[in-house]
Amino acid sequence: MATLEIKDLNVGVQTDKGMTGILRGLNLTVRSGETHAIMGPNGSGKSTLAYAIAGHPKYVITNGEVHLDGENVLDWTVDERARHGLFLAMQYPVEVPGVSMSNFLRTSVTATRGEAPKLRHWLKEMREAMSDLAVDASFAERNVNEGFSGGERKRAEILQLELLKPKIAVLDETDSGLDVDALRVVSDGINRARENNDLGLLLITHFTRILKYVKPDFVHVIRDGRIIAEGGPELADRIDADGYEQFALETA
Amino acid sequence: MTVPTESAPLSARDLAPSLESFDPTLFEVPTGREEEWRFTPLRRINHAHEEISTAAEPEYSFTASEPARVATITPVQAQQAGALAPRDRVAALGWAATRSVAHIRVPDNAALAEPVILQVQTPAGTSAGHVLVEFGANAAGTVVIQHEGTGTYVGDISVLLGTGANATVVSLQQQDNDGVQLSNLRAVVGRDATLRGVAVTLGGSLVRFASSVRYEGPGGDVDLLGAFFTSAGQHHEHRLFVDHNAPDCRSNVAYKGALAGKKAHSVWIGDVLIRANATGTNTYELNRNLLLTDGARADSVPNLEIETGEVGGAGHAAATGRFDEEQLFYLQSRGIPAHEARKLVVHGFFADLIRKINIPAVADTLTAQVDQKLEQVSAVGAA
Repeated sequence: MATLEIKDLNVGVQTDKGMTGILRGLNLTVRSGETHAIMGPNGSGKSTLAYAIAGHPKYVITNGEVHLDGENVLDWTVDERARHGLFLAMQYPVEVPGVSMSNFLRTSVTATRGEAPKLRHWLKEMREAMSDLAVDASFAERNVNEGFSGGERKRAEILQLELLKPKIAVLDETDSGLDVDALRVVSDGINRARENNDLGLLLITHFTRILKYVKPDFVHVIRDGRIIAEGGPELADRIDADGYEQFALETA
Repeated sequence: MTVPTESAPLSARDLAPSLESFDPTLFEVPTGREEEWRFTPLRRINHAHEEISTAAEPEYSFTASEPARVATITPVQAQQAGALAPRDRVAALGWAATRSVAHIRVPDNAALAEPVILQVQTPAGTSAGHVLVEFGANAAGTVVIQHEGTGTYVGDISVLLGTGANATVVSLQQQDNDGVQLSNLRAVVGRDATLRGVAVTLGGSLVRFASSVRYEGPGGDVDLLGAFFTSAGQHHEHRLFVDHNAPDCRSNVAYKGALAGKKAHSVWIGDVLIRANATGTNTYELNRNLLLTDGARADSVPNLEIETGEVGGAGHAAATGRFDEEQLFYLQSRGIPAHEARKLVVHGFFADLIRKINIPAVADTLTAQVDQKLEQVSAVGAA
């Protein structure tokens, strides 16, 4: 049972004109087995939240706290956060030329599990996870994200989610750029990770489309760097029907 | 810092050396203003451009088996066997000071099952030597030359390939931190012969390694591959000259370098000349440099001079980039510690080149040295 607690989180980025605030006092708690959808228009701070939790150096925490089971996440380096069980599926996964997926996956699994998996078991595990996501076997020999289509990149992120078995995962617009079939395959992978690992999930998305496949327990609407509306799955239906503007009016 | 390519229009006369001679007095003493010396810090080569008086000799040790023939011969014998005449004063001074030449010969039609390995152990002070590599008609195999030791070493490598020969010649520059090495790899490629010339430069305080190739007839096929890792204070200079002087030949140059630390300086000069008679030439050259820290500098200058309108293909690409922090973040976000992530990225940078070099022993050396040098960078960074 893991709990990620975000309290009064304020995050900015350094620009030519000084520090620009993006998140302005965000509060959120995610527990194992819970799925939280974070929804909001462009520029509301959704991706900033994802990167700040993962520890991207560009995003500066100006106030607030992030705790995982009572420990201060902000004290940890990016790799320490991952080894403590946090995971970020990126919207734009980065290419790493010359590093094969199989080498990368084995290195990251070794780092997060604390020991190298036995080669025979590992190959079986990797192949099964790939086949579950309808990924071709040749994928393992390709360089990390190099020349991957948008859909392949997202599948590769979910492949890592399934192999690294984090406690809490943040998925940053994993649904964007996926066609209906790919969305189903990727959603199935997310659901497997939820069931198999009692995963706590923070699902960041613009659209309610993915929520038909990955059912959220909670929906949070984020705007101007803070949460302005919260509720159950029915909130997603309201967004689908009337968009985000309704919430701007409520708070005005 | 990244230095943009500055290439003034050059002519064949600029690219092709006008003089070849064993007599050093025929060459002017370089001042450092000449195009071919302007990147080399002459004050760091211990007067090797002015005069060379040697106290000790390099030690050659061979690991070779039949059908390869290996021997230490005199400079006169080497000259008779076809050792190529120097094209600059340092090389000519080196030749004049050379007392023994390492000779490796693969007879006509012979194929080497194992690489011939020549270790050139350089002594303290200034020393000079020469390596003569001969592949007979249709001979095939690999020669690996390892430069190790200390002091200032001036030593060229002559490579003569007979018709249809298929040779890989690797030169490893692995001197100690205080070492200076000034070498030219000169190759003459026979009709329909294939040469893979590989330079791997890791050691030394200053290394200037110039490879030049010319063809004896059509059908010549040349790959010049290079990998270097230049650390704080090191000057690694690679110069290439491919003289397309025969029709229907191919050349491909690919050099990759990583740099880290204060005053790490690499120079890559890629000169390709396609002469008027060299119709049907295909050539491409590439240099990629990866700057891992501030304070390192990579100069990269490709020059392509084409004197015929009937070229199959000719191009070049040179780029120097900084270490990509987004790659580091991505790998770290998967639990991989920063120093290990940096290793993965740098290994990845060299991966395609190592695959092309395709000699396990060389790949192992390069990988191990890259790791060691990266550890030093982390140690300095942590201090």
